[in-house]
Amino acid sequence: MAWFERKKEKAAIPQTKELWVTCPRCKKYFAKGDWTGICPECGYHGRMKARARIALLADEGSFTELFREVSYSDHLKFHDASGAYKDKVEATIAKTGETESVVVGTATMGGVPVMLGVMDFAFMGGSLGTGTGERICRAAEQAIAERRPLVICSASGGARMHEGILSLMQMAKTSAAIGRLKDAGLPYISVLTDPTTGGVSASYAMLGDINITEPGALIGFAGRRVIENTIHQKLPDDFQTAEYLLAHGFIDKIVPRKELKAFIVKMLHYFGF
Amino acid sequence: MKRKEKVTAYDRVKLARDAKRPHIFDFIKALCSDFEELHGDRLVNDDQGLIGGFATIDGVKALVLGHHKGATVEENMAANFGMANPDGYRKAMRLAKLAEKFHLPVVTFVDTPGAYPGDTAEARGQAEAIAKSLEFFAALKTPVVVVVTGEGGSGGALAIAVGDRILMLENAVYSVISPEGCAGILWRDGAKAPEAAAALKITADDLKKLGVIDAIIPERNLMAGLKKAILAALKELSVLPVEELLAQRYAKFTAMGRFG
Ligand SMILES: [Zn+2]
Repeated sequence: MAWFERKKEKAAIPQTKELWVTCPRCKKYFAKGDWTGICPECGYHGRMKARARIALLADEGSFTELFREVSYSDHLKFHDASGAYKDKVEATIAKTGETESVVVGTATMGGVPVMLGVMDFAFMGGSLGTGTGERICRAAEQAIAERRPLVICSASGGARMHEGILSLMQMAKTSAAIGRLKDAGLPYISVLTDPTTGGVSASYAMLGDINITEPGALIGFAGRRVIENTIHQKLPDDFQTAEYLLAHGFIDKIVPRKELKAFIVKMLHYFGF
Repeated sequence: MKRKEKVTAYDRVKLARDAKRPHIFDFIKALCSDFEELHGDRLVNDDQGLIGGFATIDGVKALVLGHHKGATVEENMAANFGMANPDGYRKAMRLAKLAEKFHLPVVTFVDTPGAYPGDTAEARGQAEAIAKSLEFFAALKTPVVVVVTGEGGSGGALAIAVGDRILMLENAVYSVISPEGCAGILWRDGAKAPEAAAALKITADDLKKLGVIDAIIPERNLMAGLKKAILAALKELSVLPVEELLAQRYAKFTAMGRFG
């Protein structure tokens, strides 16, 4: 309990935040230096920046980003209680260095040419906006043209409300494009990372020829609180976890991060790539 | 136009949700000379929130699918107020596959607050069922005409709304999230739903401007106008070769939200 007493002594919360990390799954505290993004207690795999995951999956130096010019759209001139969407999304761009919630590009994985897409939860909660959907659609179309397998790592709270109905339509658009890729005899491997919910889980993330996830990831359609309010019951702790999805038959395998690349490459080899 | 301007987006939300608004069986009764409901997903259940069957509309045979909110309290409960379960979407796909096999067009009626947010729905794969529906209807080799009749609630609506012609009733709404849900998250106050409804642009006029729907069906003399519009759409689509039909459907949806 030493950490607790120390936290009490130093009332300044920002400093405490700098020193300690809480595992979002088991809620245990760890010294920041000991936290690798994977919980040593419960095995939960934490969120990763898109660029870090690309570095993890793509062969060194093989990633070439595509469609970076495709970005958000403020066609609704959307304002809410806390201000304009345009200001919020521009601040996100400045902070993250990304111009949309998914980064797509060509790469090789274990020498196999692929089309790779990785979502970044730090960009507007990984929300599916028109730019996100357009990038994924174009990535699928280019993958068909170049006969590349498609690998998408999802991390999203769902559709982006600020872009209204056209965000919803990205669910149909991405699903249509990915359907064409699968019909063209190309594999689509979907990696559902923490968290993958709402409109993204209900479109391209669930459509993999192979659906895989990392230990402890949150995956589902509706939010826990919405469901609890609907059924007037507390949900069990493991509800909508990777392990729950596996038990219910919606995931092919839970793959720890250090084995993720090797597993994907192995699947691509089985499929003749 | 002047009269229309006085009706706010949230007024339309209330109209779209009005219990007295025609529901799926009212549309079937008014538009179809016969209807044979077929049940079940052949897996686990017969969802009451999304119903389907074969019908004849002015001599044209078609598959009709639609969300079912129910007309009585008992029906409301059985149908989850039109919030479909995964089993409903899987039933819709099963029946649509049958329609494709026998070269029958599909007409869908969209009226749902959203897909059912329940623990059993999650356990049976609500996300997977919706995702699969989107992929499935995008590639279905038969004409699909969609009518948004009341509430077009998010992914649960879209799952049966991928088609070749999208019609929308004058007072229907269609949105990525309910105005209450959006207000709760972005305004931190569900009571700001009218503001959220206006900001989200969810009325038929808005959706027409955004290119999401093809035509607005006036509600004065509704059934006659709707029947005419459905038959006209089916006639236009019936002459297209399947490859052309699918190419047009793909182009229609992939163009949405493509700028510059
Ligand atoms: Zn933990």
